Amino acid sequence: MTVLKSTRNAVLGLIAAAGLAMPAQADVDFSGKTIEWVIPFSETGGSAKWANFFAPLLGEALPGQPTVVVKFMPGAGSTKGANWFQKQKDGDGTLLFGSSGSTQFPYLLGDPRVRYEYNDWNAVMASGTGGVAYLNAEDGAKFDGSANALQDTDFIYGSQGATRLDLVPLLAWKMLGMNVEPVFGIKGRGDGRLMFERGEANIDYQTSSGYLKGSTALVDAGKAVPMMTWGALDENGEIVRDPTFPDIATFKEVCEATEGCETSGEAWDAWKAFFVAGFPVQKLAFLPAGTPDDIIAAYTKAFQDVVARDDFAEISSKRVGKYSVFTGGGAQTALGTATNVPAEAKAYVTNWLSEAYGVTLK
Amino acid sequence: MFATALPALGEAWALILQPVVLGYLVLGVVMGLAVGVFPGLGGIAGLSLLLPFMFGMDPILGLALMIGMVAVVPTSDTFASVLMGIPGSSASQATVLDGFPMAKNGQAARALSAAFASSLFGGLVGASFLTVFILVARPVVLAFGLPEMLMITILGLSMVAVLAGRIPLKGLAAAGLGLMIGTIGEADAGGSLRMASYDIPYLADGLKLVIVGLGIFAVPEIVSLLRQDRSIAKGASLGAGWLDGVKDWFANIWLSIRCSIIGVVVGIIPGLGGSVVDWIAYGHSVQTTKDKTKFGKGEVRGVIGPESSNNAKEGGGLVPTLLFGIPGSGSMAIFIGAVALLGSGDIEVGPGMLKDNLDITYSIVWLLALANVVGTIICIAASGGIAKLTTIRFTYLAPFLFMLISFAAFQSGQNFEDLLALFAIGLIGIFLRRFDWSRPAFLIGFVLSNPVEKFTNQAFQIASFRFRKSFEEGMEYVFSPIVIVLIIITVISVVLGIRQAKTIMAEGDVQSGAKRAPLVFLLVIAGYLIFALINANMIPDYNMTDKIIPLVIGGFSLACCVILLVQMMRRPEGDTIFADKEVAGEDADAPFGLWSTLAWFAGLIAATWFVGFILALIGFLISFLRVRAGAGWGKTLLLTACGIGFMCLMAGALNRDFPPGLLQGAVDLPWPLK
Repeated sequence: MTVLKSTRNAVLGLIAAAGLAMPAQADVDFSGKTIEWVIPFSETGGSAKWANFFAPLLGEALPGQPTVVVKFMPGAGSTKGANWFQKQKDGDGTLLFGSSGSTQFPYLLGDPRVRYEYNDWNAVMASGTGGVAYLNAEDGAKFDGSANALQDTDFIYGSQGATRLDLVPLLAWKMLGMNVEPVFGIKGRGDGRLMFERGEANIDYQTSSGYLKGSTALVDAGKAVPMMTWGALDENGEIVRDPTFPDIATFKEVCEATEGCETSGEAWDAWKAFFVAGFPVQKLAFLPAGTPDDIIAAYTKAFQDVVARDDFAEISSKRVGKYSVFTGGGAQTALGTATNVPAEAKAYVTNWLSEAYGVTLK
Repeated sequence: MFATALPALGEAWALILQPVVLGYLVLGVVMGLAVGVFPGLGGIAGLSLLLPFMFGMDPILGLALMIGMVAVVPTSDTFASVLMGIPGSSASQATVLDGFPMAKNGQAARALSAAFASSLFGGLVGASFLTVFILVARPVVLAFGLPEMLMITILGLSMVAVLAGRIPLKGLAAAGLGLMIGTIGEADAGGSLRMASYDIPYLADGLKLVIVGLGIFAVPEIVSLLRQDRSIAKGASLGAGWLDGVKDWFANIWLSIRCSIIGVVVGIIPGLGGSVVDWIAYGHSVQTTKDKTKFGKGEVRGVIGPESSNNAKEGGGLVPTLLFGIPGSGSMAIFIGAVALLGSGDIEVGPGMLKDNLDITYSIVWLLALANVVGTIICIAASGGIAKLTTIRFTYLAPFLFMLISFAAFQSGQNFEDLLALFAIGLIGIFLRRFDWSRPAFLIGFVLSNPVEKFTNQAFQIASFRFRKSFEEGMEYVFSPIVIVLIIITVISVVLGIRQAKTIMAEGDVQSGAKRAPLVFLLVIAGYLIFALINANMIPDYNMTDKIIPLVIGGFSLACCVILLVQMMRRPEGDTIFADKEVAGEDADAPFGLWSTLAWFAGLIAATWFVGFILALIGFLISFLRVRAGAGWGKTLLLTACGIGFMCLMAGALNRDFPPGLLQGAVDLPWPLK
């Protein structure tokens, strides 16, 4: 049932994307209405920034120019808000929900608090980011495009928690045979960078915008050496160089050059699955289950118009960092890749989490 | 660097001193004051309200608006702390200790104007200091690693020694209990659950500071005053005027300067936020005062110290925010996001700020100072009038205070459980107060619980990593010069504190009585500690980081309780250890009982569970004013309408919801009933 539904939505989205569904949205009019965009995090996080950036643009692009307000419903690592959204049915288009990698990961890992089902929802927009890992100057000198000379070094890394987005870098370093000890409990990647700058940590990673804003200065000053990006996905779902950082090798390349690291097999599949869920499709905007198709089409069109703005690339890169944005069918496809993780990959990660960090989600 | 600083400072003033910029600043200040008077909302709510307008706005105008709002929240929340004993935000908790007793003595206007004068001065000292310091701040900030932060947290915790009360063991146990309550929920490090379960997601997130602050300070005071059925100011008269407060501040100007500097310096360190500053400033005020007997009973120095530091802290907090892009507080996090929306998005908060936007940086620093001046003048002008609230019969104020604190508590997490937690913590607060267990010690413990645990674990991990490399490297990391200085300060402060603690009676001179009631309370606390210890011990050993702090702190607090128990068995009835407010004094003589008074609050919460907040509130206000206050129908309906109207106006303007009940689950109702 859910598969059928998502396929149907995907098809619809594609039609909308092709511009064939235009007449359907003539009936949709949000004049004088207020649209609530619910974010399951606090006012202070990255998702808040993301929604606050898109909200006024979306309001302008929707038929009738409604006011879009961002509401925050933090709690239980974003599962509280997602569980609440799951109960909202038959939307009239006045409720939008934004999820992030931190909402996707508990869903993938079988967190007991998860009572939501992504496949019930209608994705209307998805956006992603990349990530860059870097080393301090001393250890960076030993890096030669492979991690062969880094396998005897002890690394320390400021981490937000092994079940968060940090899962992706931690697993990558583990696959490279590096001994990275995470110091858990920091509150954001900015704190991690500060720990690196103070010399307490000697390896770090930042998302694209964080790297551009904070870490490139360290690289220019010779205090940090870029190691690898997580890469980006091409149309075939293959990992290629991150267009934002074409000069930095991807993890895939470093892995291929490193002894004992393989770009196939269950470890690789698991890493790639969680990478996709956490980075290229990090943030998604949803309409509730049972939303009529003409409303979905109106939203799809609106988000397409936002992305098609002449100044979009410029204002988005300055305000929220460089994101790749998918709309309509693209968003639905993105959702599919982000949430359909093979059972073996899940089992591998769950097992690794419990062995390496004693994390059990029960 | 300094060569470019002066021209940049000039440009900054040229930017600020445009009429339109000043207009936006005043607008921001007025909005900030309105939000800040509301306890528990703070700058985050106000800034979120402004966000939609920031998109593409002229940067300097947007900055003026936002900074005007952020700057005055720690000023205006003083109204609630002084007049009602409600800590409006974490910045004004220490102000409650002496500010509220001053209001009770009929010196509300004096306390307020002393507080505002100190705030203003602190803000200006902070800005002047920053103007020079921001140029060289980067290496200083980087010098504060985890061991240094841990030591500052411990210095904050050492203030418990000053505030422990007449029986130091009770103070220690109260602080330990606060620390233990602070560990409830999912551990930061390994994600283990302490005293919580995924079946009750509310507990897994831990308790919010707003709720604990309101529960520990506001609920007991409201209930006690309501039982006595009088006005806040004894005899309903206002003794001293606002000019006296300003004179008080001037007489203590050196204290004000020292506390301002404490505020800036601690504010600069990222990761600590403002939670410790006002306690360190309060402790410093106590230690540098000759006659300590008046603290806790209305000593004006106890107001001047913390208030000087909390506005200066906002300036210090700009350093990590602007230089590193790391928000020092929740409102600063939104501020960073909002700055990116301004203009064409060219201003990028972070390492480039000093190089590329030094003029903007200076504008921010001095807009903050200017906003303080404007806000303070408005507040001082208003303080005489607003202080009259303390002469009103409290029975007419109480229902609205219950309304306010319930709403504030709900805003912290938007769960019905927030109200239950407020009630439960309120009960703890009532009994801590009754049996003369230090409530400030409890709150310091709670506030510092998370930093203590986090920094201990992280510093331990990195230190052992260094020690594995070599012994010297480890020692160098752990005992840096800053750490050694902080250890010395902490030791001095503890030694002085223990000597002084006995003279500082935060709860007044509490009479002692029979053994039974204090003993039962002690056993309940010991019981909770035992339960929490068993619970923490069940966490598997590979998650040692999640269990070690609860085990050590819990064990220590339990040891304090056991010694207290032995002392209680040995000492005769009437010993100070059996302090009990129900034996003699205001509470004992009150015409109304504790439980019947508390039942009103419980009734409001229970009714909210069924019909949602606004409907419950209508019923609560009408029946309270009719039955308890004995008001006529006309007055009752008018006051109820005012209360509901005010509530809806504030919530509507801030785009906030009210707690829904079962009724709202069954039927769709329009806002504000939904």
